[in-house]
Amino acid sequence: MNVAARRDATPQPFERAARAALEDGVTRANVRRATATIRARRAAVVAETPDWAELRAAGEAIRERSVLRLDELLVQLESSVIAAGGRVHWARDGAEANGVVVGLVERSGARQVVKVKSLTTDELGLNDALAEAGIEAIETDLAERIIQLADERPSHPLVPSLHRGRPEIAEVLREALGDPVLADDAESLLAAARRHLREAFLGARVAVSGANFAVAATGTVAVVESEGNGRMCTTLPETLVTVMGVEKVVEEWRDLGVLMQLLPRSATGERMNPYTSLWTGVSPGDGPSAFHLVLVDAGRTRVLADPEGRPALRCIRCSACVNACPVYRQTGGHAYDTVYAGPIGAILQPQLSGGQGTSASLPFASSLCGACADVCPVGIDIPRILVHERAKVVRRSRPGVEGRALRALGRAFATAEGYERAQRTARALQRPLVRNARLRWFPGPLRGWGRSRTLPGVAPQTFREWWEERERGA
Amino acid sequence: MRVALFVTCLADTLQPSAGRATVAVLERLGIEVAFPRAQTCCGQLHLNAGHPDVAAALAARFVDVFAGFDAVVAPSGSCVAHVRTHVASHAADPDDVAGRTFELSELLVDRLGVVDVGSRFEGALTYHPTCHSLRTLRLGDRPESLLRALPGVELRPLADAAECCGFGGLFSVRNADVSSAMLADKLRCIESSGADAVCACDASCLLHIGGGLERRGSAVRAIHLAEVLAG
Repeated sequence: MNVAARRDATPQPFERAARAALEDGVTRANVRRATATIRARRAAVVAETPDWAELRAAGEAIRERSVLRLDELLVQLESSVIAAGGRVHWARDGAEANGVVVGLVERSGARQVVKVKSLTTDELGLNDALAEAGIEAIETDLAERIIQLADERPSHPLVPSLHRGRPEIAEVLREALGDPVLADDAESLLAAARRHLREAFLGARVAVSGANFAVAATGTVAVVESEGNGRMCTTLPETLVTVMGVEKVVEEWRDLGVLMQLLPRSATGERMNPYTSLWTGVSPGDGPSAFHLVLVDAGRTRVLADPEGRPALRCIRCSACVNACPVYRQTGGHAYDTVYAGPIGAILQPQLSGGQGTSASLPFASSLCGACADVCPVGIDIPRILVHERAKVVRRSRPGVEGRALRALGRAFATAEGYERAQRTARALQRPLVRNARLRWFPGPLRGWGRSRTLPGVAPQTFREWWEERERGA
Repeated sequence: MRVALFVTCLADTLQPSAGRATVAVLERLGIEVAFPRAQTCCGQLHLNAGHPDVAAALAARFVDVFAGFDAVVAPSGSCVAHVRTHVASHAADPDDVAGRTFELSELLVDRLGVVDVGSRFEGALTYHPTCHSLRTLRLGDRPESLLRALPGVELRPLADAAECCGFGGLFSVRNADVSSAMLADKLRCIESSGADAVCACDASCLLHIGGGLERRGSAVRAIHLAEVLAG
């Protein structure tokens, strides 16, 4: 049983959660296999795109411009949506957004909503808020539905059930659907899931979605997906409620021309995703008769106010950085304690939450290898922001052993004399630890190094001592 | 041409052979190497650990110490990457500092136009393209072209070469378990390459990889590019 996957798992800082995750061989193998497959697909469709570099530059420029013009574009989006027959609600935080959605569902009289996969509503805890009001939220993205049925947390922004292999998924479905003879093969599982979800679609009066993008000029909302279940939600019910982080807005339709090329290639490694739904307000006789757009801040404007951290708002939630990250691929997503796992989560969650709770451990969950920045379709320099966020954590916390040691080292390194003294001191201090010219045991906070590594220790003759001796001899 | 060696705090203190070898390679090519004694550290450690004020002071110091040289060379792709992306911004002319600070293979191939350094090395090597050499400096084929030019070297391909070894400075201590898991993957690939030694352009990553090989009692050695080129 994967305890970390449970929805009621105790939140832990990354380094501690990661230690537990590394013990779970089955989950690690699932994560490794799935990310290897997606990475290979992405690499292939990127390699065949001759203007990939230009597309990325355009995507970066479009998203950067949208973020910098957020104040104007959101007001424009609001009027466009209203003009097209929709309603717009503004929410400062998750509680306000959830309150709006619960109120809308209650007024409709529905006791059940169908949901399009949405990271934002996961982030805001909408399903719990609905449940408290006695409203059942049915996730319709298959992977999202599987973890909902298993009462688990998502482990990957795009494929929330990535930590589970097919046999485990079959087990979840057999139990949840009350079908003990359901076979393990993909076709049987899909057929069972389809029957299960069809019932929900046909009875649904309200749907809740997120948004991949919203076009300010026209009020058009875009949802990108693979299964078509999202489109069922956006077309069948009478009422559609879209909950959107304010940063998802873009200026105009032609921006989508670029972003829709970048997103599927980066996300699933497809040239084009199977289903792209675009709707503008309401159209009489076609689709929902009521459309509500809930625009949520929930920390976004805090990110916007920090020029160094701000590029994180460009993110189009493709997960390419997650799949590329060697840390994520070792631990899986549950170690991150956020719906935004991996490198993007490590820069986004601390900013959105103002550094609360376990999120302070996330900027340190990286070797700064840069694989994330290399694949980001909108040019977010994730390592740079990780380092920026680390400084914020250090500023906010009381200095520990590491912090004090680093600052002392910093003072020593301010002069060559201090630096050389530090070298000599370290050489004297290490003497009892050296065996056969190597350090094999490490004290206190350095203990972790010794778990899998030795160290040569301060050399009997440092480079500068050698240089000085050579100069004297010359 | 006045070339200054920035040996880096790590190589100076823990892996001086990489610094000595860098001097040997350049002097054999007739380059006079200076070692400004005032140098200490580029500040990468401090910046990455969340102490930008300390890093800024060390960056300013770096700029002063290495002013006036035609080229600065370091046996560390990671430190050179830090100089280009951060330290340079503390100089009056950032492009100047970024443009004349080189990792060894860049200095040899790009600035000096040398591929054959006139040495030899006996053994099977596999090359690990460390993260910042690969993704920040974009060293590409330079180090391997230098290795291929050496008589006696047999270059073995390294599986999953572009993957990080898991060092990441203090990451290796704070997140020691994940770091060790990443290292284990890297060591498996190195050992299955069949090489006698793994070669790289970063003394720091090599300390990590070498420390891991030593801990598991492997016969494979970790060796800096400069040491291979020095013969």
